[in-house]
Order: sequence, then C-alpha cells, then structure tokens
Amino acid sequence: MTTSVGERRKVSGGVGEPVLRPDGIPKVTGAFEYVNDLHADGMLWAVTRRAHAAHARIVRLDTTAARTMPGVVDVITVDDVAGHRYQGQIVTDQPVLAEAEIRHWGEAVAVVAAETREQARRAAEAIDLELEALPAVTDLEAALEQGAIFRAITVRHGDQDRHGEVVVEGRYEVGIQDQAPLGTEAGLAVPDGVGGVDVWGPTQWTHVDRRQLAACLGLDESAVRVHSVGLGGAFGAREDLSVQTHLAMLALRTGRPVKMAFDRTESFAAHVKRHGAVMEYRHEADADGTLVRVDARLLLDSGAYHMTSDAVIANSAYFAVGPYRCETTSVDAWALRTNHPPAGAMRGFGANQPCFAAEAQMDRLAAALGMDPVELRLRNALGRGDTLPTTGQLIEYPLPTAEVIRSVAAIPLPDPEDRSDVRLLPGGTGRTTGRGHVRRGVGYAVGIKNLEFSEGFDDFAEAEVELTAAGAVIHTAAIEVGQGLVTALTQIARSALGIESVTVDFDHTGRIGSAGSTSASRQTQMSGGAVLRAAQAVRAAVLDRHGADDLTDEGVWRNGELVASLAAVVGDGPVAERVRFRHPGTDTPDEFGQGKLHVDFCVAAHRAIVDVDPELGLVRVVRIDTAQDVGRALNPLSVLGQIEGGIAQGMGLAIMEELVVDGGIVRNPTFTDYLLPTTLDMPDVEAVLVEEPSPWGPFGAKGFAELPTVSSTPAVVAALRAATGMALNRVPVRPQDIVGL
Amino acid sequence: MIIELTVNGERRSVQVDGWESLLWVLREQLGLPGSKPACEQGECGACSVILDGDLVCSCLVMAADAEAGTVVTVEGLGTAEDLHPVQAAFHAHGAVQCGFCTPGLVVAAAHLLEHARNPSMEDIREALSGNICRCTGYGSVLRAVASVVADREETP
Repeated sequence: MTTSVGERRKVSGGVGEPVLRPDGIPKVTGAFEYVNDLHADGMLWAVTRRAHAAHARIVRLDTTAARTMPGVVDVITVDDVAGHRYQGQIVTDQPVLAEAEIRHWGEAVAVVAAETREQARRAAEAIDLELEALPAVTDLEAALEQGAIFRAITVRHGDQDRHGEVVVEGRYEVGIQDQAPLGTEAGLAVPDGVGGVDVWGPTQWTHVDRRQLAACLGLDESAVRVHSVGLGGAFGAREDLSVQTHLAMLALRTGRPVKMAFDRTESFAAHVKRHGAVMEYRHEADADGTLVRVDARLLLDSGAYHMTSDAVIANSAYFAVGPYRCETTSVDAWALRTNHPPAGAMRGFGANQPCFAAEAQMDRLAAALGMDPVELRLRNALGRGDTLPTTGQLIEYPLPTAEVIRSVAAIPLPDPEDRSDVRLLPGGTGRTTGRGHVRRGVGYAVGIKNLEFSEGFDDFAEAEVELTAAGAVIHTAAIEVGQGLVTALTQIARSALGIESVTVDFDHTGRIGSAGSTSASRQTQMSGGAVLRAAQAVRAAVLDRHGADDLTDEGVWRNGELVASLAAVVGDGPVAERVRFRHPGTDTPDEFGQGKLHVDFCVAAHRAIVDVDPELGLVRVVRIDTAQDVGRALNPLSVLGQIEGGIAQGMGLAIMEELVVDGGIVRNPTFTDYLLPTTLDMPDVEAVLVEEPSPWGPFGAKGFAELPTVSSTPAVVAALRAATGMALNRVPVRPQDIVGL
Repeated sequence: MIIELTVNGERRSVQVDGWESLLWVLREQLGLPGSKPACEQGECGACSVILDGDLVCSCLVMAADAEAGTVVTVEGLGTAEDLHPVQAAFHAHGAVQCGFCTPGLVVAAAHLLEHARNPSMEDIREALSGNICRCTGYGSVLRAVASVVADREETP
C-alpha cells in the first residue's frame, strides 16, 4: 500500500483537538492518588503547633510535656534545623519554625510526630507556649512610613511635564484573597536509609523546593528527591513551601516515613495570599480621548515574609496602566512588610490589583470625556509595534488588544427580561427581592499580563522525549496542577512526532532537570517548547538513522513502505532527546524601571452583566462574556475550562471573597466564613478565542490562563457601578457597600 | 467500638473511635480514599456519599452513626471499565481539572439524577450548589450533567 506522506500524516489527538485528559477517568472514579492519599508502611503522623498572634515575642516554648505524651516519637523546633534556618523562593527570610518572634497569625512554632494523628494532635496542644504581645503593623501607609519595604519600584517613562486636558483621580483598595485550593496542604517524607529523603508535597516547582530543602536540611541537593504528586489545585498557593521542610526533618530524625495533612483552617494559615492593596491613580487624556499620562501610587501588603513579593510588585508596577498606549507614566510601587499572613502568588500575580483600579479609571475618564468606555479603550489599545507605557519596551509579538475588545463587545447581550425563575433573581430562593427593584448593569474591563519570568531571570524548562517500542514517553519535572499540562504536552509531542501513543512521566528531581515553575502562564510555552524541540529531534534522529521519510505508531516508513517497527527502531539503540528550552531573553530594569523586562504578554477583555437589588445590596451576576488572546488553542476543551475557572476566581474577588484580618488576626479561616462561588453564584460564560499565533510558542500557543481572573474582577464591578451609580472603589464589593452603610 | 455497615454493596466490619467521622473511616480504615477531606465542615461537598439513600457530607456523619447503614461512595458508582453515566459525562465534557472536588460532585449529580427524571439547568445548579469546585467555574460540570439528562430523554 502506497500513500503519500501528506495523506497519511495526520496524527490523531494532536494540537488543536479537544483531547480528553488521561487522568480524567481515575479522577472520576476516585482512584487518582492525591498527596493526602499517600501512605507508607510504619509511617508517623505529624501535627504542627501554631501561634495565633499577629506579632509577639516567644516568652517560653517548652516541649517537655509533649515529648512524654502517648505515641510521641519526636518534637522539633527551630533549634533542630540542621542547616539554614530560613527558607524562601526568592529571599530566604521565613524561619523554618518561629525563632524568637511570631510575625503573623498562624506561624508554625513546633511539629510533633507520633504514631497516630490524634496522638500528634494532643501532643501539639500540650506544648507549653507563652507569648508576649508586640505592636502589630497592619496599615500599609504606616508600614511605608516605617520603611518596612521588601521592594520599591520607581517607573518614570516619557516627558514628565506632559499633561492632558481631562483629569480623573481615584483611590482604590483590594482585599486579601485566598487561592482556596480544594486540596489542603499534605505531604509524605520517606528517609532513604542512607542519609537522604524523598518528599511528596504540594508544589508548583519541585527543583526550587529541593534547593530550599537541601539548604535547610544541611544536605547536598542530590540527597533530596522532590516528587510530583496529585494536588487539589494550586493557583499560586503551592509556590512556597508548606509541609515539606518539617516532614523531611522528622523523617530524617526518626528514620521513619512521616505524613502530615492540614485541615482547612490550618491551610488558610499555611499558604500565601493574594496581596491586599491600596492604590492611588491619576489619569490624564487629551480631549480626543488619547490617554497621555498615568500617575500611580501602589501599596501592596506582603505580610510578614518576602515569599514571591519581589516579583509580584514588579507586575503591579509594570502593568499599572493596562493594555493601553500612554506617552507619560509615573508609578511608585512598594511591597510592604506587615504582620499580616504572608502574601505571594495567586493567579494574575500582581496584575490583578492595578487592573481593578486602572479599569475603573478608564471608565471614569470615558465619563469625563463624554465617550463610550469601549471606544475610549479601543482608541488607546496597545498592540504589536507599540511601546509598553511603563517599561518603555517594544511590543515585539502579536498582542490583539483591540481585537479582544471588539470581539467581546460584539457578543449579543442577554435578554433583559429573563427573570421568570425566582432562582434567577438577586438573593435567589430566599426571595428577598422583588422583580421591580432589580436594576441591570453592564461593565467592561481589559487586562494584560506578562508571560514567563521577567526582569532578566534565566528562565528555562527541561524535558526529554524517549521513543519506546510502545510509542513515546515525555519526561518532565513540570507540575500538572489540574490545568491540563498533561494533555498540552501530549498533543505537542504527537503533532511533532507523528506518533499517537504518547504518555507523560512526571519525574522527580533526581531524574530530570528543572522545568521551572508551573506559574506565570509559562508551562505551555516553556515545557511545551522543550517537548516540541525534543520531539522534533527524536523524529529527525529516527528518520536519519533509517533513511526514512515518515514516523508513525507502526514504525518508520520510506516511500510508503514500513521499514522498521518501533520495537526494531529502539532495538538498535535507545532514542531519546533531552532539551533545555529558553525563551527569548529579558533585561534587568534600570533605576526608572525601563528596559526589555518581559518577553511577551497576553490580553483579555471581559464584559459582565449583573442584576442588583440596590436596597438590599443583593447581586446576581447574569453572565460574563470574554474574548481571550490564546495565541493558538492547543486544546479548546482545556482552554474553555481555564477561562471559566479563572473567571470564577475573578468574580469571587469582585463580590464574595475576602480574608478578613482584624488587627492581624484572621477572622474567617473556614469555608463557612470565607465565601467561594458555587453553582448558584457562577453565571454562564460566553467566550471568544482570539487566535493570533505566537511566533515563538509551540504551534503558536500562548499561556493565557491568568487573564480570565485579572480583568473579570473589574468588569463585574464596572457593571455594579453601572447598575447602582455608586463609586465602589473597593473589592470585594459587599452588600453594605451597595446599600451605602 | 466495632460497627457493621454495607459499603458499595459489601458488608464491612470496622473498629472505630467515637470521635471518628465516616469520612475518616472510609479513607483511613476501609481503603476508600475517593471521598475527599477539603473543609470538614459540610460546606464543600468533596466528601459527599449516599447514606441510606440520602446525600450526606461524610465529614459530618460520625462513623458510629453509620452502624447498620448502607453507604455508596464514588468508588461504588462505577469503575474505569464500566463508568457511571455521570462519571463518563464528567470525563467527556472536561469537567475534571485538579479533580479534588470531582468525587463529591459525581456522587451529588448521580444522586440528583436518581431522584429527578428531567431536571432543568436551574434544578441542576441548585442540586450541586453544596459542592465547591475551585478549578472549573462549573460550566463544564453543568454541561456534563445536562448531557446525561439529554441522553436519558433520547432513550426512554
């Protein structure tokens, strides 16, 4: 049988298809193994003793009584740290266990390992801990005045004497949001018997965990293996260590496997938050609607330790204007140390807070100019060939800002009279509102964020593609957090190899090099980029070795004839290619934040339609429309899932979600009191994918899944403003804000 | 104390402490980790099981109270080779991302479809409102359940 290469070559399940997840079936049957499901023979349970003060001196920490409790095998405090006493991904300033002071609510003080979880819990309670309260810094302006600054960024771009004819000013606040991944922190550490340890824990970057663990344990990195394991979501909460150091210490000290699993309240204590923020803005435009100047002053609440704040504040500063051209910008941004729980990564990573403020400013500017808000945004929309108004860098790759705005505005609005079912009214089945009181509002917002790591970071991802008799195996240390990396990598490899049978082996740190973090919207392009190149190299090597012109699941082909099966191909010697992929480089900023600081960007536009009962402050989000820049959708099913899920988190920040911190004390660390969107809160989403292929992403793909969260928040609030006529300069918007109490 | 109960069609006898929840006993004693601990306050539904025909949060049921009861967990709904229609629909509609809420949602949806022949989209939303999903935004979940309803209409 002879067929032309072009006819036969269309591998099934490649890029562009709605490929189903290989882990989908084990997840729907309950068989998929999450970190909290792990067990090891002879394992101990560990429980952490935490201090629930905002700021205090440790007067006494006595573990004597706890050590004699039934079943207790070991108790550790900071004095038991064998290596470096601090951990941290960027700056190592977080004590492994509290040192002389408690600097935030929920800080870990000691950890008990016992034969059962209940024994460990009772012993942890029996630890004698006496605290003396110290004044807590909880106000951002006070922190700035005291010089409690983790990082300050000054952006000055353009002619600082330039001013516009129309001016609007505003002050905005963002409350603290929690990622609230459904899986709480849990982990297992197993000693290897020769001085090393294997660690399974919630992570987004195993190699950066390994670096910190090895330093704190006083071990060589080769003695610490960090494994990939099922997580119950991440959204940034797994970028920093939680259980890992304590478990590894206890495993090495006791010589036994040790497991730990947090309840929800401890989970709220143990992972970073989205930064709360206070932001002051001044926008100036010429009378024709040309945005000419933006001044911004951004204060972000970093909490007690650095975590990833130094990178978060950079995003806030550099995306302070949004996806618009602007001649002159002046941004002062600070990541500030307070006695609040440490803040770090959450979906959007510093781009969300200024987007909320700047988009409100754009609406106010439109009103002051007498322009339609969509028209104003289109007039200033940033695109390829323009200059990012903060860093001054050229936008080198496609950036379809105008296209996403036009696309979202073109989606037909829903029927304004559709309130037949009481469940569709604000307040729902409570029937606290009457139809006549309900007002509808529509609001728009547009967001921008960087892709990959910025500011000169040496950003790379390693991956290996190995040919076997049964197909191909991708080896990677990248973390599948639920987003669908497993299908994206598989589809890229299929399309590049021509082989359908592809599996992904999520390897531990001892088996393959770093993939970088599963964050910054980077794995599709970074690990995807590495897999693409490795797969291309495998295909080329096999074709070359056999003088062949095609490769399929059957084997290699020459002129339409099968010349060797895959088994025969690999029988001649292993075929595997390992690639370390780097994106086009970036620079470090100069003193005014200028330079090519980012490699690439992504944009999205959102339109929210809300129904509000202004007398009762009740809100129902009717629908959220979006147009999303995706480069090219590798898997339309996954893309839609990321868009809908991201919007739910953005809507949560707009009207529901806030960690209430009072004098440094967290008041709502449960799902009873920290409200998350349910099926009754989340509206339908109409999504348009805008596909302008990335010149450097695999098959044109871009990372995009942070944007659905970034600009959905301001779109919902814009709609609330339209419905109520109120300022609503703070998120989340609460019923009392709408009622005006 | 020792309790006896029927789990996924099998008679089981298990030693429990008085303070242990049904969720803990299912996961730690009976080898059924499919039900998930996520809030352990009855707010998120990740631990949903069917107890004597009722949809319950197994974190809120004391194990001792399940004595002589009949429990169906996600593991009892279907297998990889023979999926329950709800499980198949979740997989096919991309309603699974991290998957931690999935077992509870699958059990809740299966329970709904056992008791409602032809639920509307608003009925489905209401029935699943006790199950929190942080990944999907629920769109794919609702489409999955609605597809099972639609398939049933086609095959009376």
